[in-house]
Amino acid sequence: MTKLPEALLSVRNVSAAYGGAVAALHGVDLDLRRGEILALLGSNGAGKTTLLKAVSNLLPAERGALTGGEIRFEGRDVAESSPADLVRAGLVQVLEGRHCFRSLTVEENLLTGALGRSSSRAEAKADLEKVYDLFPWLAQKRRTAAGLTSGGEQQMTAIGRGLMSRPRLFVLDEPSMGLAPLVVREIFEALKRINAAEGLSLLVAEQNSAIALKYAHRAVVVENGRSVLTGSAAELAARDDIKSFYLGGADLPASSPQAKEVAA
Amino acid sequence: MMDWHEVLFFFEVLVGGLLAGLMYSLVAIGFVLIYKTSGVLNFAQGAMLLFAALTFVSLVNYGAPFLLAFVATFAIMIGLGFAIERTVLRPLVNRPPITLFMATLGLAYVIEGAAQLLWGTQVHRLDLGISDKPMEIAGLLISSFDLVAAAVAFGLVAALGAFFTRTRIGLAFRAVADDQFAALAVGLRLPRIWATVWAAAGFVALVAGLLWGARLGVQFSLSIIVLKALPVLLLGGFDSILGAVVGGLIIGASEKLAEVYLGPYVGGGIESWFAYVVALLFLLVRPSGLFGQKIVERV
Repeated sequence: MTKLPEALLSVRNVSAAYGGAVAALHGVDLDLRRGEILALLGSNGAGKTTLLKAVSNLLPAERGALTGGEIRFEGRDVAESSPADLVRAGLVQVLEGRHCFRSLTVEENLLTGALGRSSSRAEAKADLEKVYDLFPWLAQKRRTAAGLTSGGEQQMTAIGRGLMSRPRLFVLDEPSMGLAPLVVREIFEALKRINAAEGLSLLVAEQNSAIALKYAHRAVVVENGRSVLTGSAAELAARDDIKSFYLGGADLPASSPQAKEVAA
Repeated sequence: MMDWHEVLFFFEVLVGGLLAGLMYSLVAIGFVLIYKTSGVLNFAQGAMLLFAALTFVSLVNYGAPFLLAFVATFAIMIGLGFAIERTVLRPLVNRPPITLFMATLGLAYVIEGAAQLLWGTQVHRLDLGISDKPMEIAGLLISSFDLVAAAVAFGLVAALGAFFTRTRIGLAFRAVADDQFAALAVGLRLPRIWATVWAAAGFVALVAGLLWGARLGVQFSLSIIVLKALPVLLLGGFDSILGAVVGGLIIGASEKLAEVYLGPYVGGGIESWFAYVVALLFLLVRPSGLFGQKIVERV
């Protein structure tokens, strides 16, 4: 078994299916190096979320499974580890749609992240202060039920909850979903700051390729369950064809195949 | 103008009903614990109650002192909780709620059968040393046993409340109750949490089983007091411990008052089904129960 020492996460020719029948991934490859921000780009339904769930071994909980290939986090086969063990090993994910515990307060939500890692009380307290430093607004809302906070506050809560588990690889699924551009920027700025200050590695799935490419070092594009393109963020951002080809061509609705179908 | 005796009698019925209702609450709380954290309506709660009472009384009959029998039965209930998680819940994880409900229905009969096999089918008398003599309080005759049972119920609720809000495992319980998938992703160990919840429900079953067993005798019909707990749950909401208490109080009081004041007009015997009438009427107005979880959401 050969693996590059700097590859924190390696995904090799992974395929996955739901319910034993519905194939969602047909061969995805990617390597994430220690300390980098890797963007996972693709249009709706390309397989980003399935891949991220596979990385955290969350597919079985949704009646899905890997049907081929392997995913290794620091050399450990993730399919052999429970999601709880992966969190304790430092692989922490913020789910698509945030999934805050709605009836728990913001602070209680954050503390569940400490539970997930079995932090001591002192560690949990220190981590809580760090999260409030990163997202000062959350400190104001600490006693509010998470379900009553705004979308941006919920996203910050979900990210803070993940950070409370002291990740070494932080996986985020569509952190920009449904949020105002200003809030999205604040969130990405915060992530970039932790990446720069602590070398935290990030794997971020995004439909919003513009913002993702602005902050990422490298990106992988997936389409129809396959990884089709890998490159540095600067390189990919410079190519106009990428957006229209793989990412749904949001700029020119008339040129996208779906739009044509609708118009016909 | 009602005369003084009638007023006194009314209050006696009311208080008797409220206290009897808390006995239902004790059973209902066991349901709430499991429903809240795993979304499973555990039909086997009554069988667990019977099993606990039967185990306890058999140990006492073999000469075990009260405390030892209590601790040993609790240990057995913990073992039962973990065994159920392992053999029933884990293989069925992610199945639809109706599948899990059916599984607990089957489980109820397995536990009853096991109890029968282990301890035989005799009715046992259970004496907790609490007298059932009526005491006079503020002019009302109230059973001292009911008062003890009520105190136990409140003690249990207070303990569970503190457990849920003040401890780390309580926080984990509430997280799982809120969003199972997120709890899994956060790294909470769901199998362990479920096993713990079933063990806690086993403890509640033990406490309720002792009180009900002391009242009715430890016999197999104990397991059907689940049917008394259902209207309480419909009224109070399936996921609220406070709801189980308030639901029990309302059901207990309305049952007794109906029996005494409406019973004579319809030939009596309405106590056994009136609870369902109350619960059904209530469902029409508030489908999620008095304290059932309203979805906390801001769009």
